[in-house]
Amino acid sequence: MNTIKRILGVVWIVLGLAAGYYLIVSQAIPQFSSGKGEDLVPAIIYTFILMPIITGGLCIFGWYALTGEYRDGD
Amino acid sequence: MQNTAAEMPGSSKKTLWKVIGASSLGTLIEWYDFYIFGSLAIVISTKFFPPDNPTAAFLSTLATFAAGFVVRPFGALFFGRLGDIIGRKYTFMVTLLLMGLATCAIGLVPGYETIGFAAPVIVLILRLLQGLALGGEYGGAATYVAEHSEPHKRGFRTSWIQTTATFGLFISLAVIMLTKSSMSAEAFDDWGWRVPFLISSVMVVVSYFIRRNMDESPLFKKAKSEGNTSSNPLRESFGKKYNFKFVLLALFGATMGQGVIWYTGQFYALSFLQSVCKVDFDQTNFIIGCALLAGTGFFVFFGWLSDKIGRKPIMLAGMLLAVLTYRPIYDQMYRLTDVTAKQELVEQRHTAGQTVMKVYDDGSTATVVGQGDAVIQTVKVGQGAFVSLVLLVFIQVLYVTMVYGPIAAFLVEMFPVRIRYTSMSLPYHIGNGIFGGLLPAVATYLVTKAQAANMVQQTSGALPYDKPYLEGLWYPIIIASVSFVIGLLYIKNKNQDVQ
Repeated sequence: MNTIKRILGVVWIVLGLAAGYYLIVSQAIPQFSSGKGEDLVPAIIYTFILMPIITGGLCIFGWYALTGEYRDGD
Repeated sequence: MQNTAAEMPGSSKKTLWKVIGASSLGTLIEWYDFYIFGSLAIVISTKFFPPDNPTAAFLSTLATFAAGFVVRPFGALFFGRLGDIIGRKYTFMVTLLLMGLATCAIGLVPGYETIGFAAPVIVLILRLLQGLALGGEYGGAATYVAEHSEPHKRGFRTSWIQTTATFGLFISLAVIMLTKSSMSAEAFDDWGWRVPFLISSVMVVVSYFIRRNMDESPLFKKAKSEGNTSSNPLRESFGKKYNFKFVLLALFGATMGQGVIWYTGQFYALSFLQSVCKVDFDQTNFIIGCALLAGTGFFVFFGWLSDKIGRKPIMLAGMLLAVLTYRPIYDQMYRLTDVTAKQELVEQRHTAGQTVMKVYDDGSTATVVGQGDAVIQTVKVGQGAFVSLVLLVFIQVLYVTMVYGPIAAFLVEMFPVRIRYTSMSLPYHIGNGIFGGLLPAVATYLVTKAQAANMVQQTSGALPYDKPYLEGLWYPIIIASVSFVIGLLYIKNKNQDVQ
């Protein structure tokens, strides 16, 4: 089980990066450049709130998993 | 996870129920305050955010998004820190008063027509204060109750706090409906909408006096007397790897999945019936109301059960069932309301100008506008479909109670007394406020996108989406799936020592 937890750490890191790419490239950039006032708030939220939480959080979580921080016995 | 000294004995039964009552009442009022703004959003927007003014419309969007999503985690950090330094009781008294004052003040702000641009700015600031207060309230109430409870009944005791969000929604709707029914539509639009906001001040004063007489949490008092409280809970919670890894685990393995399931069962079901299925506004509210009423007791049941078999299996079972059954449930909801697949009783058709009222063999009716490519305006389902819809929403509410009932005890048990308020509040409000709060917007966006793609491809015959109305469910399904896997692998089942 500890090996699976560690290996999956890579998955969480990749998932975090993929989610960040999607949020910025597919969502935030088109909304920033749309010029509409109502698009600005979601774009700001994607860029400065959601992306750091998902990408940063999952990458750190994945790194902790990879380095055995969540191994049984803790 | 965090295990230290031996258990403190729980408080006496009488004191415990006082603690639960005082904490739940205050949290209930905070939810009430938070929901009336949303329930009266249409009236508020006409009074403070005129749509023809782009800046006011921008402030309106900011009020909706910022208060619900962004400010709540900040409130969790700000008040969580206070709660871990000066105590739980004083902190959640402050959040209660802050919420009450902000809510009451919204009811007193003159409209855009009277004071111009200052009106939306003041309302936005007050809404932000509401979000801050809510961010600080929940963690305090859950921690306070858990730290008074016997260890083997912690899930049961804290589950009463978990019922308050649903009851708060009920009471807000009930007060609005009572106010509306006691005056003319013009009077309500003119000044009556302020009444639910002003009523809050009475409830807050009552709750303040009840809470004022309560003692500080025994575990916090003990920690303080021994000099074991933290001088910098923020740095200790998020700057030390040993604690921070559990904050991340609580977020990704529990509250993230719980947040999307909560919002799907209580809010997306409502929006799906109204916007996608076109079910009549009052009938939709009644369907949701019946399902919520039938399901609310299960918060307490699953809280109690989590004391017997552990928090993890119940929360994960709720997530898994939701992931597996959301699409069939919503597909069935759509079919039950889809009048194009029903047999019309043509002889009972009523026509008034361009509007046609059609009656169907199962008792459903539909108001249709125009001939040929007629547009369905509203659908009122028959008795059989109504009961089935209540049942389908009830199943979703049951999933909500499974993931939400035990979570207060689960979060409390993950962190030690010295940083508990701070550490548990942040993942809770990110999970609910951000992952859950974004659900209606993201799900609606996915449905609209799928419908638009089908419209473009309509002439070529091959539609890219077989059931575009189900596309919005991918958001809760993916988030809950990730949370389920993380929770299954990384969270331990054993209920932890609260100290």
